[in-house]
Amino acid sequence: MVGLVLALVGIAMMVAAALRLRDYNGSGLVATIVGAVLVVGSLYPLVPAFKAFAGDRKRSRLLREDQLVPARRAAAAAREEAQIAMGYAAAAVIVAGLLLMAFANGGGVAETFFTKSAWDASFNEMIHAFWTNIWVACVSQVLVLIVGLLLAIMRMLPGRAGAPLRLIALVYCDIFRAIPAIVTILLIVFGTPLAFPTTANWPPEWLGIVSLTMTYSAYVAEVYRAGLSSIHPSQSAAARSLGLSYTQTLRTVLVPQAVRRVIPPLLNDFISLQKDTALLSTASIAEVVLVSKLWESNLFNLSPITLAAAFFIVITIPQARFVDYLIERDAARRGAH
Amino acid sequence: MAFLEIDEVHKSYGHHEVLKGVSLNVERHEVVCLIGASGSGKSTLLRCVNALEEIQGGEIRIDGDTVTGAGVDLNALRRDVGIVFQSYNLFPHMSVLENVMLAPIRVAGVAKGEARERAMTLLASVGMQDYAKSYPDRLSGGQQQRVAIVRALAMQPRVMLLDEITAALDPELVGDVLEIVRELANGGLTMLLATHEMGFAKEVASQVCFLDNGSILERGTAEQIFEQPREERTQQFLSRVVKSGRL
Repeated sequence: MVGLVLALVGIAMMVAAALRLRDYNGSGLVATIVGAVLVVGSLYPLVPAFKAFAGDRKRSRLLREDQLVPARRAAAAAREEAQIAMGYAAAAVIVAGLLLMAFANGGGVAETFFTKSAWDASFNEMIHAFWTNIWVACVSQVLVLIVGLLLAIMRMLPGRAGAPLRLIALVYCDIFRAIPAIVTILLIVFGTPLAFPTTANWPPEWLGIVSLTMTYSAYVAEVYRAGLSSIHPSQSAAARSLGLSYTQTLRTVLVPQAVRRVIPPLLNDFISLQKDTALLSTASIAEVVLVSKLWESNLFNLSPITLAAAFFIVITIPQARFVDYLIERDAARRGAH
Repeated sequence: MAFLEIDEVHKSYGHHEVLKGVSLNVERHEVVCLIGASGSGKSTLLRCVNALEEIQGGEIRIDGDTVTGAGVDLNALRRDVGIVFQSYNLFPHMSVLENVMLAPIRVAGVAKGEARERAMTLLASVGMQDYAKSYPDRLSGGQQQRVAIVRALAMQPRVMLLDEITAALDPELVGDVLEIVRELANGGLTMLLATHEMGFAKEVASQVCFLDNGSILERGTAEQIFEQPREERTQQFLSRVVKSGRL
């Protein structure tokens, strides 16, 4: 029953959305076809809904004939169909709702965020600025890998001799995970040239890289540490029993295994580092968000910022999918054991 | 003076005393078997000899040289003392050959080519030469354990410690591994092994020690221990082993 109502609501909303889409596009052929396809698609939940009702009638008939087991099976099949109907109808409602929102206020929303002329005007400068985000992210990632590993190893140094270094690493990680990245960026990018006048001629991107590295190596150190401590102590025992020293054990047995295990969480941190290059806009570094804001105030239209969002989406989604693939592959491998 | 002397060794984890003054001498070319229930301290004793566990009292000497306490070069000691674990503990990110070559190259400073040659000879001696390039997760438990034995042998240790090396194996794989140990014993390698394979202990051991609750309750030749155990606890243990069909 709920499935049927939801399906009808979905169809109504989709029809409304399709009409708006057609109107906005000046009754263009493509928009009309897309709208028609969407409406037809939204009819689909009716199929399982009617199957569910048919199933229910079948169940009542079987019950009257005292056929308990077939009746139970018919009821189960009907329930399954009803759930399918609800699932597809809910999806139709959500898609239609999003479309309605996009064309709300007589196309005002679409115009604010998705104006093609604003994209055309800003695209060249934007893609050029986005290159800054990419190389800053790449250089930072390499540095983060190194500094993070050093911090992780410092935090795991054994004995009393290692205690002071352990403490330093611990304090560093705590502080830089506590300070918002944007604050570190402001302090480093604006503060360094004042404190060391010789650095005033450095490109600000360098200082941006330094501040991102400082922030993210604290996170990555934790990831490495989790990876190192997830290696079973028997591995260390086996290596030490062969006569390998602590450092040799770390380098040849523990770190190689730990790095393999932490690649997926590491890539997750890298994805968020890439996005945080946008924060460099607050430090007047000409990366894509700063440029898009300039265009935004120029054109009095938010479409350039949407374009910046699209750039990030284009480079991030493949990586996110790749991380998921790695996680699944590892899970499959572990399952095979 | 015996080759390996374990003298009044005490070991505790916190307040829990696991070894309560264990003394044991192992002569050169001798094979000593430790038997006893789980938790009696067999594995702990072996790990102490290899300094994987720190001891709280007593002394361990190898060839007259004290190897416990402060100032001992543990890495040098471990070059002389090989250990094989119940759960193999091969390095999963290295091939079989790399597992065997690691310590000779890194610790003993053997040249790569020579290390490879020696590793291949050793692998061939346990029938694993065809798996040199395989990774441990592709091998059966018995194959992994054979590689683990070879990995320890590659350092040419003067005494081998075997810690219940067949306990984790499927029954039909036990024979191959024991055959290798038998050959090593016949070759005159000094060995101290903890085992649940009583039949095997009977066959290879020159001395059998029954550990109970952290101390050696009874020791003697295999015949003495298995045929005429004096202590009541030994008798109980052995009769239970007989009932379970392991002797």
